[in-house]
Amino acid sequence: MTALTSTQISMGQRVTAPLRRLSRDLSQRTTLKIGLAIVLGWVLVALLAPWISPYDPVYQDLTTRLAPMSWAHPMGTDNFGRDILSRVIYSARVDLQICLLGVIFPFIIGTVLGTFSGYIGGWCDAIVMRLIDIVLAFPFLVLMLAIITILGPGLSSFFIAMALVGWVSYARLVRARVLVLKQSDFVLAARSLGYSHSRIICKHLLPNVLTDAVVFSMSDVVLVLLNGAAISYLGLGVQPPVAEWGVMVTEGQGFITTAWWLTAFPGLAIVLLAVGFSFIADGLSENRGGTQ
Amino acid sequence: MSPLLTVDSLTITTRAGLNLVDQVSFSLAPGEMLGLVGESGSGKTLTCRALLQLLPEGALQITGGRVDFDGRDLLRLSPREMRQLRGAGVGMIFQNPSTHINPLMTIGQQMAESLRLRGRLSRKEIRARSVSLLEQVGIPSPEQRLDSHAHEFSGGMRQRAMIAIALACSPRVLIADEPTTALDVTVQAQILKLLDGLRREHGLSIIMITHDLGVVAQTCDRVAVLYGGRICEIAATADLLKHPAHPYTRGLIACQPHANVNAQGPLTTIAGAPPTAEEMPAGCRFHPRCPDAQRRCQTRQPVVHDVAQESGHRVACHYPLQRLIHRELDHE
Amino acid sequence: MSSHPLLEVERLSVSFPVTGPGLKGLFLKQKLHAVNAVSLQVEPGSVVGLVGESGSGKSTLGRAMLKLEPSCAGSITFDGLQLDNATQSDIARLRQQTAMIFQDPYSSLNPRQTLGEAIAEVLKVHRKCSAEKRASRVDELLTLTGLSGDYKSRYPKQLSGGQCQRAAIARALAIEPRLIVADECVAALDVSIQAQIVNLLLELQRKINLTLLFIAHDLSIVRRLCDRVAVMYLGRIVEEGPTESVFSHPRHPYTAALISAIPDIDPERRLPDTLLRGEPPSPLDLPDGCAFHTRCCFAREACRKGEAPELRGDGNHQYACLLEAGEAERLTDPMR
Repeated sequence: MTALTSTQISMGQRVTAPLRRLSRDLSQRTTLKIGLAIVLGWVLVALLAPWISPYDPVYQDLTTRLAPMSWAHPMGTDNFGRDILSRVIYSARVDLQICLLGVIFPFIIGTVLGTFSGYIGGWCDAIVMRLIDIVLAFPFLVLMLAIITILGPGLSSFFIAMALVGWVSYARLVRARVLVLKQSDFVLAARSLGYSHSRIICKHLLPNVLTDAVVFSMSDVVLVLLNGAAISYLGLGVQPPVAEWGVMVTEGQGFITTAWWLTAFPGLAIVLLAVGFSFIADGLSENRGGTQ
Repeated sequence: MSPLLTVDSLTITTRAGLNLVDQVSFSLAPGEMLGLVGESGSGKTLTCRALLQLLPEGALQITGGRVDFDGRDLLRLSPREMRQLRGAGVGMIFQNPSTHINPLMTIGQQMAESLRLRGRLSRKEIRARSVSLLEQVGIPSPEQRLDSHAHEFSGGMRQRAMIAIALACSPRVLIADEPTTALDVTVQAQILKLLDGLRREHGLSIIMITHDLGVVAQTCDRVAVLYGGRICEIAATADLLKHPAHPYTRGLIACQPHANVNAQGPLTTIAGAPPTAEEMPAGCRFHPRCPDAQRRCQTRQPVVHDVAQESGHRVACHYPLQRLIHRELDHE
Repeated sequence: MSSHPLLEVERLSVSFPVTGPGLKGLFLKQKLHAVNAVSLQVEPGSVVGLVGESGSGKSTLGRAMLKLEPSCAGSITFDGLQLDNATQSDIARLRQQTAMIFQDPYSSLNPRQTLGEAIAEVLKVHRKCSAEKRASRVDELLTLTGLSGDYKSRYPKQLSGGQCQRAAIARALAIEPRLIVADECVAALDVSIQAQIVNLLLELQRKINLTLLFIAHDLSIVRRLCDRVAVMYLGRIVEEGPTESVFSHPRHPYTAALISAIPDIDPERRLPDTLLRGEPPSPLDLPDGCAFHTRCCFAREACRKGEAPELRGDGNHQYACLLEAGEAERLTDPMR
């Protein structure tokens, strides 16, 4: 009985061990590499858009409306006869911009406010926390829509709205980390060595906090991307005829039963970029966990 | 008396092929308290976790040896048999009770859980048994304490509660992993006294893992000193402390200041730091730090052999220290 | 030798607001008196031990003495400089002459700085030497603490605990302090490494006439290292005096119990028969009278009422206990 079960165990280990090894090896650096490859790939696509896209993204050829996939139009054409592949390629420019600017402003605002509120505490903390409460009191999308409506539709309104709403999560994350680090021995040591507050914040707190914020921003990018698509879908973000994946999905939805390629390819593009960013996020957080 | 638990050439290997525990052998007699002493990375905790198959899954594997308990090899038990044994045969208590007691369950519930494993008992019987266990470990007003959660206890009381939970399955061997390291000295003395009492009154065998030779001196019958995953010396406590045969043991004893002796000046030290698993020296693992190391120590791994057969004093050293030298040391 | 102490605290108290347990705690903010009217003097060039169990307030006292923790009453004088209403420049002066070493060597160093950067930062902030000489001074400090210059490009996580603690000491020495507060600086280290660090401190203390406040719970190391020792229990100093006198003739029952409870590596001495009962009461709810009476086997009626007993005795060896000298002498016997 004992012998039997022990062979069972060792057999089980023999089967599962290579699998586990594979997943671990993959997890070590590969996730990060795959993620970076995907995102850099999109950056290249965006930069080289004029050269690699077969057609002008806004050129309308009404003779080939809603053409299915063919050698001339690998992803088909839309209801105005525009080449979908070219539009998907050009969209990368807009969408990467959305990712970058939609994250960087909340990142900066949130990190600065979070650091100050955590480190200084007292009234500063109280004000920042109340601001956070106010922002959180509204559903995210409703607040975004309200701000964009006030400012008028367009991409710049979207970025302003993102900055006003999105900083909250960064501020909360950074504040929580700073509160913990503030109590840590090395910050106490820095105080005992007579360092100024600005030195403690810049040299000792921020380097330790930033990694967390960067890791978070990579997963936030995915949300921003989807948000941008959603806002454009509602007609408040990118305006036609500019190509943007969210807009393309919107425009194609009327034809979803007759010409599925109008929505499918831009949708896939969104998913692919999002996967790239989330791979980077996973890779970064694992990498960090391994070294500390 | 024939030993209750025998560990024979236990070897634990990492995935990278490093032996964290290498050919460790010792035995435990009924009612005996055995100390496992070593610094960080000496493999003392891993050895004991391996006895209960509690090693981190996947990362470490037992690659050799056997552990005889009650005529069975613990290393070849199925997970189910192991679960039964963990309660009934071998119990374990840990350094930090607050992380090893479920914070959401009352002490009584956790004891009841263990008691139920032992057989069908009525609710009333379980409660009565729990109360008597808490009483046994010296927790005042046990009736009320049964319904408390771990966070309502102070550090020492929490450790007592953990001992009570471990005892609920009436184990024959208790593995105590640094049970007093997190406690204050006055409370440490209480817990040591409690463990000593359990052993004397109930014949419990205890393996005491510690880094503190002082704790060993006060409680244990025999001591095994581990270094770099190997046993370097094993002997009766008094014998080991008075006549250490291994230079490492001698160094460990010498570098601890005595609280009851008025002495000034620098302490005796062992140069260097304990080796890490990645940089384990060849030959005798202590040789880079050993003041008496010879050429042979650098290449040949010493085997554990008898110094004095009648007393069971065993050492793994090519050049064990002579008793003569120790008389001199004693006079110093 | 100057006649006045390097660091002196007079009736220093530190308390923290805490939320107590249960519903009551939600509404009533309680105060935890971590340090209670403590007076202590540290003579220049001496090593003073501060011992006590966890929660006795010894670490808080150490930090408050360096103005790293706000105190709520009492005065601190460093080298004749009153620090009660200290200005920024007073604090800056204090920081230039004092340093601290912590228990966990890993967490007391910034994980994102190499050892060299950490030490150079101190030199830069305090303008200890010119930018060109900084690198050689870093090497010098690392060598002084038993590391070598090669270590300056390493990160804390690449080092062993003992090496990290040496680096932390090197960083403290970069200030060229007159006083170092060492807070449990060997407690987290391996036994064989502890002795090395203690020896390093002893050597430095002799070499550069350092004054050391050594906070520890390990009495055997304190006995070896310190000239004077102060024993704390629940925020108060219960006994203070020359190390030898305190260890060989403890006047406070708590000190006697602490000493008897140290596990010594002597196989002849088994566990003491009489042990201190129970555990310290919660610092949130201190008993009346002597805080130790709940555990003291000599406690009598007078111990349970009124204020906590004041320190008394001759100027050199003081104790806060109502027992008379004759009675106290007996303490050592039954405890052993």
